[in-house]
Amino acid sequence: MAEATVNKQRRYLLGMTCAAGGVAALAVATPFFLSMFPSARARAAGAPVQVDVSKVEQGMMIRAEWRSKPVWILHRTPEMLKSLSDLNPKVADPRSASPMQPDYAQNEYRSVKPEWLVVVGICTHLGCSPTDKLQAGADSGMGDDWKGGFYCPCHGSKFDLAGRVFRDMPAPTNLEVPKYQFVSETQLVIGDDGKGA
Amino acid sequence: MTRSQAVLSWIDERFPLTKLWKEHLAEYYAPKNFNFWYYFGSLALLVLVLQIVTGIFLTMNYKPDAAQAFGSVEYIMRDVPGGWIIRYMHSTGASMFFVVVYLHMFRALLYGSHRKPRELLWVLGVLIYLCLMAEAFFGYLLPWGQMSYWGAQVIVNLFGAVPLIGEDLAVWIRGDYVVSDATLNRFFAFHVIAIPLVLLGLVVAHIIALHEVGSNNPDGVEIKKTKDPSGKPVDGIPFHPYYTVKDMVGVVVFLAVFSFIIFFAPEMGGYFLEYNNFIPADPLKTPTHIAPVWYFTPFYAMLRAVPAFAGTQFWGVLVMGAAVVILFALPWLDRSPVKSIRYRGPVYKFALALFVVSFVVLGYLGVKPTDFLGKIGELDTAVILARLFTAVYFLFFLLMPWYTRIDSTKPEPKRLTH
Repeated sequence: MAEATVNKQRRYLLGMTCAAGGVAALAVATPFFLSMFPSARARAAGAPVQVDVSKVEQGMMIRAEWRSKPVWILHRTPEMLKSLSDLNPKVADPRSASPMQPDYAQNEYRSVKPEWLVVVGICTHLGCSPTDKLQAGADSGMGDDWKGGFYCPCHGSKFDLAGRVFRDMPAPTNLEVPKYQFVSETQLVIGDDGKGA
Repeated sequence: MTRSQAVLSWIDERFPLTKLWKEHLAEYYAPKNFNFWYYFGSLALLVLVLQIVTGIFLTMNYKPDAAQAFGSVEYIMRDVPGGWIIRYMHSTGASMFFVVVYLHMFRALLYGSHRKPRELLWVLGVLIYLCLMAEAFFGYLLPWGQMSYWGAQVIVNLFGAVPLIGEDLAVWIRGDYVVSDATLNRFFAFHVIAIPLVLLGLVVAHIIALHEVGSNNPDGVEIKKTKDPSGKPVDGIPFHPYYTVKDMVGVVVFLAVFSFIIFFAPEMGGYFLEYNNFIPADPLKTPTHIAPVWYFTPFYAMLRAVPAFAGTQFWGVLVMGAAVVILFALPWLDRSPVKSIRYRGPVYKFALALFVVSFVVLGYLGVKPTDFLGKIGELDTAVILARLFTAVYFLFFLLMPWYTRIDSTKPEPKRLTH
């Protein structure tokens, strides 16, 4: 009987010691786990960038670099904008229902100002950077009914001039629209929309 | 007692040297009928040693830094005396490791080496295979070429497809918002320390498990069932000197092939070292065609075969993961009363042949762009083929409990046939 009590007490102490040791092990694991997140330097490098778009004429596209990713800034012509509504039946998500853009860019043109398209130039399939095929028609090498857009050479996904993916493509969603704002008529800030974070 | 015997007995009183020698070599009885397929275990061990040794010497000149990595590899290739051969040994060794391991695994499927009582041996082997894949993946980023960079980008983004936590998980793996210096540095740590340590532990466990249950053989008959009065298996022969000498022949042939590749085709036409990897990594420029190295392409073809569904490409990732994980279940899926292909019926032979074909075809499709065969209707022909053979791959496993049971088998002999 006495032995059973001692055993019980020993088991209890053993259990408590293991539990305390487990808590300590978890606590020690924390800094190792955290150390793998981006460092302060990497977070700083992910800071917003400002782009001057005053020299970008209609129909022209420039590339900015934000968080080492290409961001396309396309100055769309009225014809380009008109082609977008024609493509509604052909694209997978015409109303931008999936959350690939900030709320203020969830509209017909996926942009703050209709003529300016700002998207991250990385295919939503597996992270390649699509090629721009802005020209409409057969000259683009994309067929007669091509209205201008982007083509991913990796797995063949096609996007229109609002970064919307066509139906039945490997890419599951439209191209990502980053947070951005126009701080003046010609100055664009990518990565910050003045709405926090 | 001679002087050397005295030294040995001094050691044996303090460390079980003679005991280990006997248990694992001189008195480890292996079946006497090992054939060609039994070379690949010892060859895998040889390649492991080669990779560790060449790897150690590469780290003496390699710089795990995004600004210097590509240059340091070229420095090893051009300026370090003997550097080029060490580097080619390492890069060729990676591919040869998979050649040897795939043949080693196929041997198990041929002769039922995964069956009772060797289930854990098989499970440990699959874990080794997983480690090898991780090791190859981490290592492939280190030269910091275009294919290193974009290959890593694609694979890390697979984790980004995990619902809810995906994006944070990908950032945590990369240590940055894109594949960057931080990623290269940690992949280096995984490649040279973490994974090799685990790998070595698993290899030791694999051999301990093997020597506990004893080797299988082309007849799939347990030699331990028939022992002579002294307790040795009648059909067994000591591993040393019989199989050490036999394996030496394999080593010589293997090294001849290995040397030929290193000296005459170290890039193997772009299959061992991809051409794009001789261009430094450029985050703003995607190569027109991204394909992993050949040993990953069967799984890559499966990944591409699965369409996005409900706004996520997670399903493809899931299928690819399942294709590897399902290997763990193999010992329990196989319900045949016999182990070896010699006594199995036509159904298993057919299924295994179909499985090999599907693996090879998927591997081929995985190195090609999806549109290389044109289209049938709306879909790429290559995608349709990939879907078909992905289905075959999985049906080989999923239907196994059924077809191995209905198959007509021949009776297993009591002892080895020759």
